[in-house]
Amino acid sequence: MIEWTDTGVLLTSRAHGEHAAIIDVLTPTHGRAAGVVRGGRSRKMTPHLQPGTQLDVTWKARLEDHLGSFTVEPVRARAAVIMGDRKALAGMQAVTALTSVLLPEREAMPDVYERTVTLLDLMAVTDAWPLAYLRWELGLLEALGYGLDLSRCAVTGATEGLNYVSPKSGRAVSTGGAGEWAPKLLPLPPVLLPGNEGDDGDIAQAMGTTGFFLSKAAGDGRDLPEARRRLRDVLAV
Amino acid sequence: MADDTNDVEALIDLMARLPGLGPRSARRAVLHLIKKRGQLLGPLTDAMAKVRATARECLTCGNIGTSDKCAICASPKRATGELCVVEDVSDLWAMERAAVFKGRYHVLGGTLSALDAVGPEDLRIPQLVNRVEEESITEVILALPATVDGQTTAHYIADHLPGTAVTSLAQGVPVGGELDYLDDGTITAALRARKAF
Repeated sequence: MIEWTDTGVLLTSRAHGEHAAIIDVLTPTHGRAAGVVRGGRSRKMTPHLQPGTQLDVTWKARLEDHLGSFTVEPVRARAAVIMGDRKALAGMQAVTALTSVLLPEREAMPDVYERTVTLLDLMAVTDAWPLAYLRWELGLLEALGYGLDLSRCAVTGATEGLNYVSPKSGRAVSTGGAGEWAPKLLPLPPVLLPGNEGDDGDIAQAMGTTGFFLSKAAGDGRDLPEARRRLRDVLAV
Repeated sequence: MADDTNDVEALIDLMARLPGLGPRSARRAVLHLIKKRGQLLGPLTDAMAKVRATARECLTCGNIGTSDKCAICASPKRATGELCVVEDVSDLWAMERAAVFKGRYHVLGGTLSALDAVGPEDLRIPQLVNRVEEESITEVILALPATVDGQTTAHYIADHLPGTAVTSLAQGVPVGGELDYLDDGTITAALRARKAF
């Protein structure tokens, strides 16, 4: 019997039969892990198995390849705190859905875990989290091997006038360096550059550029979760 | 199993597919029905045949009834200007059991779900928006689950009904509930929704 114990953020929970649920949890040392929770659809368990909930989990399986089963102990409920806040709720759903779709299973990514927990906790205490969300998406891209290099122009080496991103390399391109290729490049909204700030509209616009690379990370033919589009719509209003 | 029990086995298999029943409980139920053939099996068969022939979805609200317009939608007494939005027919029936709401209902048929890719077009949200305009609705009461998907749906509906009063059911301590047995989320929601006493 293989068994491990960890802490983690619940990403998704879906019904499995009449009484059980299959959950997806992001943990610091075991990465994204899935397993069955017996009685996961009971009245007692359902409130705890909401996306964003912090759990202590024990995973057990007879063989490493098996789906395995979880026993869970709720640590902190995040959903209840932000349910009344339409923007934060959309944000939390985007974070959990993107993480669930993009991260490989059973591959430890402690940095992504730490950033995700920090972001989710931030959503409960302040309205100023959308910029942190954008930085989280950039961090996620980096962890997945699709990081953007926005430090200097890929063509001229200039550090000023960076207005585009190459869809191929993910590197910044200045107006001068873009030349006639400008229409084929992605926009580089200033809010994407380190140290810059912006309002929700700027962040929604920047999500267009990060979304292109997230789609690439998701692989051919896989759409990004609807929750991310909804967050972008909420921020754009 | 002998051939002459095939029909019974088929019935057990069908019953076992019902929610709340497994093969063992289905077997017990079928055995009970056979023993009470006159009092239960006959009337049950008749009732099921009738329901099969007449049950249909109300074209207005999505409730289950025996005509294209359910009794609630057809009743002029229920035209109070209040419209209660629920996820499923079972929620509508739960509200009716409580017998406190005197308006009409709208059954969405689910909630928005990022995981299962359920979007607004998969639910009866466009019909809801039309009803609010056409039936002079003054208040829309969102009686949706206190889950992430349920509340996401509630926010989405509220965004699409500008100019209409939109309220939602309170969340908090259930009647007869003791704080010691409540989960953190419910206590948090109850504290946030506290009112002057």
